Amino acid sequence: MQAWDISFSKLKAGYGSHVVLTDVTAALPAGAVSVILGGSGCGKSTLLRQIIGLSKPLSGEVRVAGRDICTLPPAEFRRVRRRMGVLFQDGALLGALTLAQNVALPLTEHLNLPAEAVRAEAVRILGMVGLSDFADFYPNELSGGMRKRAGLARAIIAQPRILLCDEPTSGLDPITAARMDDLLLSMHRRFPEMTIVSVSHDLASLNRIADYVLVLRDGACVFAGTQDALRASDDPYLVRFLNRDGAGDDAAAGECAAPAVQASLDRWFAS
Amino acid sequence: MPQRNADDISRASPPVKVLRLLGRPALRALNAMGSVTLFMLDGLRHIFTTRRILGRTVRQIYVIGYQSLFVILLIGLFCGMVLGLQGYYTLVRFGSVGMLGSAVSLTMIRELGPVLTAIMLTGRAGSSMTAEIGVMRITDQIDALDVMDINSVAYLVSPRIVAALLSFPMLTAIFDVTGIFGGYLTGVCMLDINEGAYLYRIVSSVTMTDVAGGFLKALVFGLLVTTVCCHQGYKAHLRRDSVGPEAVGSATTSAVVISCVLILAADYVLTSILL
Ligand SMILES: Nc1ncnc2c1ncn2[C@@H]1O[C@H](COP(=O)(O)OP(=O)(O)OP(=O)(O)O)[C@@H](O)[C@H]1O
Ligand SMILES: [Mg+2]
Repeated sequence: MQAWDISFSKLKAGYGSHVVLTDVTAALPAGAVSVILGGSGCGKSTLLRQIIGLSKPLSGEVRVAGRDICTLPPAEFRRVRRRMGVLFQDGALLGALTLAQNVALPLTEHLNLPAEAVRAEAVRILGMVGLSDFADFYPNELSGGMRKRAGLARAIIAQPRILLCDEPTSGLDPITAARMDDLLLSMHRRFPEMTIVSVSHDLASLNRIADYVLVLRDGACVFAGTQDALRASDDPYLVRFLNRDGAGDDAAAGECAAPAVQASLDRWFAS
Repeated sequence: MPQRNADDISRASPPVKVLRLLGRPALRALNAMGSVTLFMLDGLRHIFTTRRILGRTVRQIYVIGYQSLFVILLIGLFCGMVLGLQGYYTLVRFGSVGMLGSAVSLTMIRELGPVLTAIMLTGRAGSSMTAEIGVMRITDQIDALDVMDINSVAYLVSPRIVAALLSFPMLTAIFDVTGIFGGYLTGVCMLDINEGAYLYRIVSSVTMTDVAGGFLKALVFGLLVTTVCCHQGYKAHLRRDSVGPEAVGSATTSAVVISCVLILAADYVLTSILL
């Protein structure tokens, strides 16, 4: 089996008249763990939606395994997308189903397997993300981190060739986040032909897992390369990003409240 | 681009201005109608192509049908009782209280049964359909279904359409029967109309055409309400007036308003065809 790569050329994308990505040209190598970095709101999730084909680009193209997914005929497109697993930013588990039913959904909907076999597989996959004890819980009975892990379980149950994770570690404590990274890495070792793309702004996670890094800024790709190349780069934005440097921007906190507001507040505190 | 449009309008001559002002909403409404119709056809088509629709349909029948049963019984009963009372005091002036059975049963079966049942179900079941699907939309659950190659219309909408097509006529029938019983309570038990006359008038005046017409209305209303409510939720993310949870709220409001208007408009059309 050959691994699939992903490439963007002159990709312009957005929502209605609001253009988020202006010009992204980059390629994510096949069979590697790629991390998409970028500030909050810079369009990382938007880029993922383009790979999945959930929204159409305004111009340019997205190629998966060399084929432009926007021009594929619908049946062919579905055959490609069937091999993608996606962990959405908030898990996107169906609220009406238990974890086991959620995770098993791709199997129950597409295969003719006995119910026990499907459940056993779902519980096995839930075990991989450390949630086998919660198979019969509903998503709203779980914490955010657990929902994320369950979302990952659902993304991998149908053995995807491309695994896309939107911020798998954000909002998790450092230990759980590290476990999530280890999980991705162990998936990578087990299925070397799986292309993993993870969106993140977590530098620790980047260090651990990234073979390849893509940095987005102002709607364009400002860096694409290995971690070593990223560290060697002298681009001021990248240096600041890696050093978590806010450039001494203390203007925001330094300003005092307007006197009238302050006086009113003081009166309120005293009352 | 928007800038240029604005300039155009301010420079255009008055008749053109008026045409523009009318034309834009008209086009938008036409667009929305087309979108709802396609959505409905899609939902209907997938009834026959989806696997495992049965289980989800049964669940929806439980939600739309069973959970609304009590409200329908209650409203049907009071509605029939009021009809009995009003009918009695109108008919007594013409000395024809014996016709009360006909009056109550025909009003119930032809008009009030289908219309009030549909309006009640819009409020009870339709609004929760919009809210549920709308929340699924804004929390990416519908996108997640699509990514898993599960057709979201087939998964969410088709079972609800089937369930509505089964539940609306059944609940309408139940509403009719409780209504007629309500009329019996006021007419026979409280106002001392002859029991035989009340029941005989029902049997002699209600024809199969009336009953079939009532069921036809219930079927059409069921399809309309489900389509509109699911559509509003499904497209909650495309609303222009609001985003996020607020969009789900306003989608629910519009779903109920549009459904009620459509029920009464369709009722007029169907009645004029059936009579
Ligand atoms: N459904 C939507 N409709 C309109 N605009 C949107 C929508 N979703 C996102 N945007 C806009 O697109 C821009 C990029 O959003 P996106 O979700 O891709 O950011 P992100 O990089 O994933 O951010 P974060 O790290 O916070 O998740 C934002 O400015 C946002 O306002
Ligand atoms: Mg995001």
